[in-house]
Amino acid sequence: MSNTTVLVDGGKMSAWAGGTEPMKASYGKLMMWFFLLSDAFTFSALLIAYGMTRFSYPAYEGAIEDFVFSQAYWPVPEKVFEAVPFLHGVSLPLVFVGIMTFILILSSVTMVLAVEAGHRMDKTAVEKWMLWTILGGLTFLGCQAWEWSHFIHGNGGVGANLSINEYGPPNFAALFFFITGFHGFHVFSGVVLNFIIFYQTTVGKLEKRGHYEMVEKVGLYWHFVDLVWVFVFTFFYLV
Amino acid sequence: MSVADIHIGEEVHHDEHHEQSFIQKYIFSTDHKMIAKQYLISGIFWALIGGGLSIIFRLQLGFPDMSLEWLRPILGKWITSAGKLDSEFYLALVTMHGTIMVFFVLTAGLSGTFSNFLIPLQIGARDMASGFMNMLSYWLFFISSTIMFVSLFLETGPAGGGWTVYPPLSALPQAISGSGLGMTLWLVAMVFFIASTLLGGINYITTVINLRTEGMSFSRLPLTVWAFFITAVIGLLSFPVLVAAALLLVFDRSFGTSFYLSEIYIGGEALPNMGGSPILYQHLFWFLGHPEVYIVLLPALGITSEIIATNSRKPIFGYTAMIMSMLAIAFLSFIVWAHHMFVTGMNPFLGSIFMFLTLIIAVPSAVKAFNYITTLWKGNIHFTPAMLFSIGLVSFFISGGLTGIFLGNSALDINLHDTYFVVAHFHLVMGSASFFGMLAGVYHWFPKMFGRMMDEKLGYIHFWFSFVGIYLVFFPLHYVGIAGFPRRYYSWTNFDAFNSFTDLNAFVSIAAILTFSAQFVFLFNFFYSIFKGRKAPQNPWGSTTLEWTTPRIPGHGNWEGDIPKVYRWAYDYSKPGAKDDFIPQTVPYSHTPESNLPFENELAKTEDVSPVAQDAK
Repeated sequence: MSNTTVLVDGGKMSAWAGGTEPMKASYGKLMMWFFLLSDAFTFSALLIAYGMTRFSYPAYEGAIEDFVFSQAYWPVPEKVFEAVPFLHGVSLPLVFVGIMTFILILSSVTMVLAVEAGHRMDKTAVEKWMLWTILGGLTFLGCQAWEWSHFIHGNGGVGANLSINEYGPPNFAALFFFITGFHGFHVFSGVVLNFIIFYQTTVGKLEKRGHYEMVEKVGLYWHFVDLVWVFVFTFFYLV
Repeated sequence: MSVADIHIGEEVHHDEHHEQSFIQKYIFSTDHKMIAKQYLISGIFWALIGGGLSIIFRLQLGFPDMSLEWLRPILGKWITSAGKLDSEFYLALVTMHGTIMVFFVLTAGLSGTFSNFLIPLQIGARDMASGFMNMLSYWLFFISSTIMFVSLFLETGPAGGGWTVYPPLSALPQAISGSGLGMTLWLVAMVFFIASTLLGGINYITTVINLRTEGMSFSRLPLTVWAFFITAVIGLLSFPVLVAAALLLVFDRSFGTSFYLSEIYIGGEALPNMGGSPILYQHLFWFLGHPEVYIVLLPALGITSEIIATNSRKPIFGYTAMIMSMLAIAFLSFIVWAHHMFVTGMNPFLGSIFMFLTLIIAVPSAVKAFNYITTLWKGNIHFTPAMLFSIGLVSFFISGGLTGIFLGNSALDINLHDTYFVVAHFHLVMGSASFFGMLAGVYHWFPKMFGRMMDEKLGYIHFWFSFVGIYLVFFPLHYVGIAGFPRRYYSWTNFDAFNSFTDLNAFVSIAAILTFSAQFVFLFNFFYSIFKGRKAPQNPWGSTTLEWTTPRIPGHGNWEGDIPKVYRWAYDYSKPGAKDDFIPQTVPYSHTPESNLPFENELAKTEDVSPVAQDAK
C-alpha cells in the first residue's frame, strides 16, 4: 500500500491523464480565464462594430489647424478630447485621458503587489494594495464621469448624447458612450469585486482559508479590464 | 509524479445522505443530475409550445380557407372577425417557433440536459466544478424562459421579426406590432439566456479539464463528453458576440442611437437616424448564428456516437477521426457566417471565399456520416428505441446535409435564399437531427436518470411516426422552395405561380399534425415510466462507460465509496477473446489477458490497480 507508483505515460502526457489538474490551475481560476476569453469576444465585437462604422465615414482630409467640427466627416480625437479639469480654455490634447490611462495601469501594478502579498500570506500588505487598487479604480471612474460630462455639455455647441453630437456624426458619440460605458461598467464591477475581496481579507476570511487565491482571481479580471482599456483607448483616442 | 495512497483508515464519504428539504432537492438543487432533469423538463415544456405554434401556422399555410374560429378560446383577438389568423400574429408565430426551438429546446434542452447529466458521470466526477454556478445557470435560464413566455401573452404580441430579429424591422417599434414590447422582452430574455449559457459553458469546460478521474485521459473520453466539451467552447466564443449585437439593438430601439439604422422612411415620414448599417447586425448575429447550428448539432452527434457504438456492439469507427472532425467543424463554424448573407450585396469575391470555406465543412461532416455507417456495418445491431432515433439522426444528417451543399453555393443561393428550400434544409439537418439526438439520449439514459426503463413498444411507435412524419413534412418543402416559395409569408394564395402547391401544402400540414401528435406517445411514455416503468438493471445496454457503474439511482456524489479509476477507452465492444461483448472502462488490462492486444499487454505490466489516490474534491 505504501509504495508510490509511477504513472506509465510519464512526462508531459501524465498531467492530462486524469485525476489531477492538468494546467495546475484550480477550477475557479480556469473559470475566470474562460469568462475573460468570452468577454474578450464581446469587446472585440463592439470594437469591430466601431471600426466598421468609423470607416463608413470619410476621414478629415485638411490641415489640422483648420479643423472644425462637422457632420460630414469623423472628428479628429485630439480636437475632441483636449480639456483638462481646472484648465478651462487651454488646449491639452489627450492629456486628461492619458492621466486616466496611467491611473488605471498603476492600479494594475498595485493589484500585482496585492497578489504577491497574498502569496506571502501577508494580510496587511494585501489589505494595503487592495485598497490602493480600489482607489485607482474609483479615480478612473471619477475621471470618466468628468470626461463624459464635459463631452455631454460640449464646447459651446449642442453637446452630445446618444442621438445628437456637436463634434461629428451622431454615431461617434453613440459609440463613445456605448463602448466606454460598457468598459466603465466592467471597471465598476471590478471595483465592487475588489471591495468584496478587500473586505474578506480584512475580516480574516481569506487568511483562515489558508490561501489568497481569490485575490488572484479578481486580479485576473482587473488586468483584463485594463488591457481592454488599452484597446478602447487606441480605437477612440489614437486612430 | 508519485501517487500516494491516503485512504488507509479514513473512508471519504461524499455520498452520505443528509436529509434535504424539498426545495434543496428539487428546486434550488446544486446536484448536476437534478439540474439536468430540470433542463430536460423545461426543454420538453418548450418543445410542446414551440411545436404547438408551428401547428397553428401550418394550419394557415395548409388550409388557407379554413375557419380557425375554434382557436379563439386560446388565441383570442388574434383570430380576426373573419375567423382567420391575424397576419401579424402569424409573423410572431414563426418568430417564436424559431426562437424557442433553436435556443430553448435544442440549446438549453439538449446541451443543458445532457452536458449536465453526462459530463460528471462519464468522466468520473462527483459533480460539476461549481454546483452553485450550475444552479445559477439553470435559474437564469428559467428567468429567461419566464420573460419569453410572458411575451407570448402581450397585447401587442410577442416578437415578430423572425428568429434572427434583423433590424431595421426589429429596431423600429412603429414598424409592426411584433417590434413593440414583445421585441424588448425578446432581447431581455436573450441576454439572460446568454448569461445562463455562459455560466453553464464555463462550468462544462472546466469540469472536463480538471475533474476527470485517474486514467481518464482525453484520448479515453467518450465521444459524448468530447462533443459537449467542444460545444461549450463554441458557445463560449460565439454567444458573447450576440450579447454585443443584442445590446446595440437595445440601444437603437430604446435610446435613440443609430448603430443599425440609416435613412429610413416609415409611414411616409423620414426618421432622423443616420449612418448606421443593418448589415453590421447581420454580421454580428451570424457570427453567433452559424456556430449556434453546431452548438445545437454537436451534442446530438456525440450522443449518437455513443448509442450507435453501444448498440452495434462495436467500437466506434474512427474514434480519433470523430474527434478531429468535430474540432474541424468547430473551427470552420467561425469562419463561414457570411454564407447567410450572400444576397446582402456582399462583394461576390468575398462571397466566393465564404462559399469555399462553407463547402469544406462537407468534409468533416462526411467523415462523421461515414464513421456512423461503418460502425453499423456488420455490427450486432440491437434496435432499441435510442438506436432507432440515432440511426434516424444519421439519415437526417445526410439528407439535410446534402442540400446544404446547394445552399452554400453563392450563385445558387440567390435563387434559393429565404425560400422553403432553406426551411427544409435546416429543419432536417439541424432541427430534426438534433431533436432525434435529444430523444435518443432520453431513451438511452432514462434508466440512469430515473432508475426505470421506458416502454420499448411505445418507443417504436414514437420513432416510426416521427421519422416518417418528418420526411413527409420536409421533403415536399424542397420542391416548394425550388419553385421560389418564400418563407415567412402569411399567404401565398395571391400568387398564381404557387397555386399548384395547394395540395402539397395541405399534405405537409397533415403530416406535421401527425408528427406532432406522435410526440404525445413519447410524453405519456416518459411520464408514465418515471413512476411506473419497469425497474432498470444497473447496466441495461451493456455499456462500457462510467455512468453505468453507479448505483441504479446514483445519490449525491454519484459513486458510493471511491470514484472509479479508468484503464481503457470507452469503446471495447466485442473485443476478440473477451468473455463478454463489452469491457467497462474500469476493468484493468491486467484482468483481461485473454483479449489484450500486444501493446495493451505492455501497459498491463505497469498498470497501477490501487484505488483512486485522492478524492477529486
